[in-house]
Amino acid sequence: MSLWRKLLYVVLGLVLTASVAATWLAPAGYARQYREATDAPPSRTHWLGTDELGRDRFARVLYGTRISLLLAPAAALLSTLIAAMIGGLAGYLGGAWARMAMAVTDLFLSLPWLFLLITARALMPLNVSPLVSVLVTFLLLGLLGWTAAARVLCASAATLRTSDFVRQARAAGLPGPRLFWVHIMPNLWPVLYAQFWISIPVFILSEANLGILGLGVAEPMPSWGSLLKELEGLVSVGEEPWKFVPLILLVVVVTSFQSLLSRQEEIAA
Amino acid sequence: MGSLRWKIAGHALALLATVLLGGLLSATLVRLAPGFDADEEELDPHLNAQSVQALRDARHKDHNVFRFYFSYMKRAAQGDLGTSLALGQPVRNLLRDRIPLTLRLLFAGLGLAWVLSLTLALSAAWLHVPAYDALTTAVGGTFLCVPAAVLVLLSVLWNVSSALAIALIVFPHTWRYTQNLLMKTYSRPHIIAARAKGLGEARILFWHVVPVVAPQLLALAGVSVSMAVGAAIPVEALCGLPGIGQLAWQAALARDLPLLVNITMLVTVVTLLANSSADLIGHMVQRRRA
Repeated sequence: MSLWRKLLYVVLGLVLTASVAATWLAPAGYARQYREATDAPPSRTHWLGTDELGRDRFARVLYGTRISLLLAPAAALLSTLIAAMIGGLAGYLGGAWARMAMAVTDLFLSLPWLFLLITARALMPLNVSPLVSVLVTFLLLGLLGWTAAARVLCASAATLRTSDFVRQARAAGLPGPRLFWVHIMPNLWPVLYAQFWISIPVFILSEANLGILGLGVAEPMPSWGSLLKELEGLVSVGEEPWKFVPLILLVVVVTSFQSLLSRQEEIAA
Repeated sequence: MGSLRWKIAGHALALLATVLLGGLLSATLVRLAPGFDADEEELDPHLNAQSVQALRDARHKDHNVFRFYFSYMKRAAQGDLGTSLALGQPVRNLLRDRIPLTLRLLFAGLGLAWVLSLTLALSAAWLHVPAYDALTTAVGGTFLCVPAAVLVLLSVLWNVSSALAIALIVFPHTWRYTQNLLMKTYSRPHIIAARAKGLGEARILFWHVVPVVAPQLLALAGVSVSMAVGAAIPVEALCGLPGIGQLAWQAALARDLPLLVNITMLVTVVTLLANSSADLIGHMVQRRRA
């Protein structure tokens, strides 16, 4: 493993550890208001200052990182499972099933991703509790983000379907479901694994976009999207540079994921 | 010529099927959305029980989703796209007023994105200097890792034009693919041989590289339209531009489903048309080469 990759793992590990340890690092929590110090600059008590409601920005960054970093993989897992079912089955069955599944996939893929997300998000209630909004946001990412992965999995499963060992297993009288679960799915594992990791940075960025547009996680629950919304009120970059900390953190994490994923992308392609 | 006709017919059929399927989905969503069956008129204290019942009966025919779908499509075919719940205006008028701005923005943004992508990709392929490759990869990679909405906020902060904001969102995607494609093509034996024989770079590019990469770049151009339409949402919403992207965002925030499903249909048709056109032009280029 190269030094660069080791460094990226360390960075990701540190960010993840800090976010998981948010309860101990920022015991006051993300919602507590310090009304005597609203919109305050960084100080010894508030390392990244406070927001306009007097909430400690450091605590909100830690808790927001926790939400984004823990739920993006959960959404990625869900989308990968759906992709495995739809793409894997379509590729395995072939013929009209594959054409139909891929036509639906293409229809989803033809719509811009952000557009699809805000349309689907609008169908869900917007005035819900913060916890429900977190679940709805990431569930939506998981339920809609399977299309690109399904295409790749369909192609891989179609290749496996015509391979010698599958033909032999079919000739030996193995029933279809057993053939799919025991022989096809295990061989799709590397592609599934790659698709899972590729989806994580995509979902982190999508949540951030939704949050900035006001369609993501509801207040007072923090997420990278809702934290980045603060940048909307800035007049200049140099005015309050500490407000850029969530952005820097997000870019560092997504860059680390992208750099580590270059090999996974080769597998997925 | 025959195969091209079949291809055009295939694309037209796919487009028609998509519009019909999209229409059914849209109508179903509107039909199933919370509050579909509610009518503010019923709250009028001047209405008696018979009048309220008459209002309910008038809506009763819409309860069957297929009948509702048929009347929805019939109205849409006549140009009646319904009325926006949040803005209280006909959807048709809203779309008509906002389409020109979005189109101008998309053309300018896509043009800039492609100029940036091709300039960076071609310069990297010509120079072939590792340091320059690393620099362009770092720049493009950084843009890929920044949320589109943040790029828009930064462009507002730095007074950058909205078209450039769209270009900065789209170009990292198009540039990466274009550069890989050009690098691969420039390392082909016939290009190396052409260079060794002393052919000029311009001649190599237009005679030997462009014909090879054109179909794939055209397909990417079709996909980039979809990316630009997606980018138009944060750009218009956060820059306060009254276009289709802003309208979609407002409709989403207000849960204005009749407006949102019509915009979805419009966007689907635009992206499918862009992809089909790119595919057909690519097919024609390949035929000419053959």
